[in-house]
Amino acid sequence: MDDLIKYAPDLLAGFLENVKLSLICAVLALVLGTILVSMRVAPTPVLRAAGSMYVNVVRNTPLTLVLAFSSLGLSDTMGLSFSETPRTNSFWLVVFGLSAYTATFVCEALRAGINTVPLGQAEAARAIGLTFFQSLRMIILPQAFRTVVAPLGSVIIAMIKNTTVAIAGGYLMESAFVMRDTFDDTGVSIPIFIGLVIAFMVVTLPVGFLTNRLASRLAVAR
Amino acid sequence: MTEPGDLGPLVSLQGVNKSFGTLHVLKDINLSVARGEVVVVIGPSGGGKSTLCRLVNRLETIDSGSITFDGQELPAEGKALARFRSDVGMVFQSFNLFSHKTILENVTLGPIKVRRISKEAAEKRGMELLERVGIASQAAKYPAQLSGGQQQRTAIARALAMDPKMILFDEPTSALDPEMVQEVLDVMTGLARDGMTMMVVTHEMGFARRAANRVVFMAGGEVVEEAEPDEFFDNPRTDRARDFLSKILTH
Repeated sequence: MDDLIKYAPDLLAGFLENVKLSLICAVLALVLGTILVSMRVAPTPVLRAAGSMYVNVVRNTPLTLVLAFSSLGLSDTMGLSFSETPRTNSFWLVVFGLSAYTATFVCEALRAGINTVPLGQAEAARAIGLTFFQSLRMIILPQAFRTVVAPLGSVIIAMIKNTTVAIAGGYLMESAFVMRDTFDDTGVSIPIFIGLVIAFMVVTLPVGFLTNRLASRLAVAR
Repeated sequence: MTEPGDLGPLVSLQGVNKSFGTLHVLKDINLSVARGEVVVVIGPSGGGKSTLCRLVNRLETIDSGSITFDGQELPAEGKALARFRSDVGMVFQSFNLFSHKTILENVTLGPIKVRRISKEAAEKRGMELLERVGIASQAAKYPAQLSGGQQQRTAIARALAMDPKMILFDEPTSALDPEMVQEVLDVMTGLARDGMTMMVVTHEMGFARRAANRVVFMAGGEVVEEAEPDEFFDNPRTDRARDFLSKILTH
């Protein structure tokens, strides 16, 4: 218990990094996932093929490899750089990798949602003269989104926990790494372990609770 | 209002064929609809009536032949097709109101996003149209809160909001409870009287007799008979039409 109190400031600072990563990646993954699903259902074969290839490759690659590719491949080898400061650079590389990875799950959840929207909705949209992307944006996606709020909550929860893999992208500031670092000094400390678990649950439980509430509030009556 | 017959037909189908897989649903269809004309399409189920209706605004594509609207070949895709569709209203059997939007939003979406008119103007006109179809008091509700008849009248208002040159009705009363059929037919009869060009696929023979300028009888994917309503119902020329009428008019 003393260990937990002694190292709490470090662990908390680490945990705030997890929260920061989560917030930024959640926004980016939702945006990118929406773009991906638009490509996957587009009438243009090239867009569809590109969308499904991206999803199939990235979704089926382990996250640690995606992050390693961001840092070793994109950054070290191909020279992609977000910042002069190495720490900031690896933060954004992890953001890049984790968002790119999570977006595929967002895309597939949304695609399942699109399949629940009756075909007649799209036909009615076309019949009043909306273009494909207008009807996707105004009619199809809003209804699809409402039906998959709860599954999207699960995707976001998984993503929040996945921020602890940031070390694979070379980012050493987040809490799981801080914890292991601490264990090197103190030996394994169960209180620290449990403290960190509780910290994550403080964030993830409300996400699940809120998305479930939102899901029933937003449900489309047919 | 334009009199029927001016300026050539509004819609003209020539030698149109359509198959779904091996099923040949429309066989060499020749049909035109004049401006201001109300054409009612009747016939047994599976005869190709709905498909015919859906071809006219290209919700289905044709395999061969040609369809012209206002003298122009139907655009194949993209913006031109969307613009064309905005001029042709469509009322579906299952209403297809946008479930996540209110009744008023359903009616104003097209004018605002396609016609680019201001929200205020669209809402003012939207309320007038809802008034006309008798559901202005429901404007703030969602489709699922309305009865089938009210939903279908909303769908008609949604089509009218685009100031279409024509409205297609694909079995507009078939999904309604019997007591709600009349309220929808009354709105349609009003439109017909006001000179709207209409193509109506329906089983409502009373409406056909009352409101149609012409009845088209389809069976087996072909136009079997075309005539004025009184003539068609009183003196059908073909056996198939006689057979069909005897089945539906005896009870």
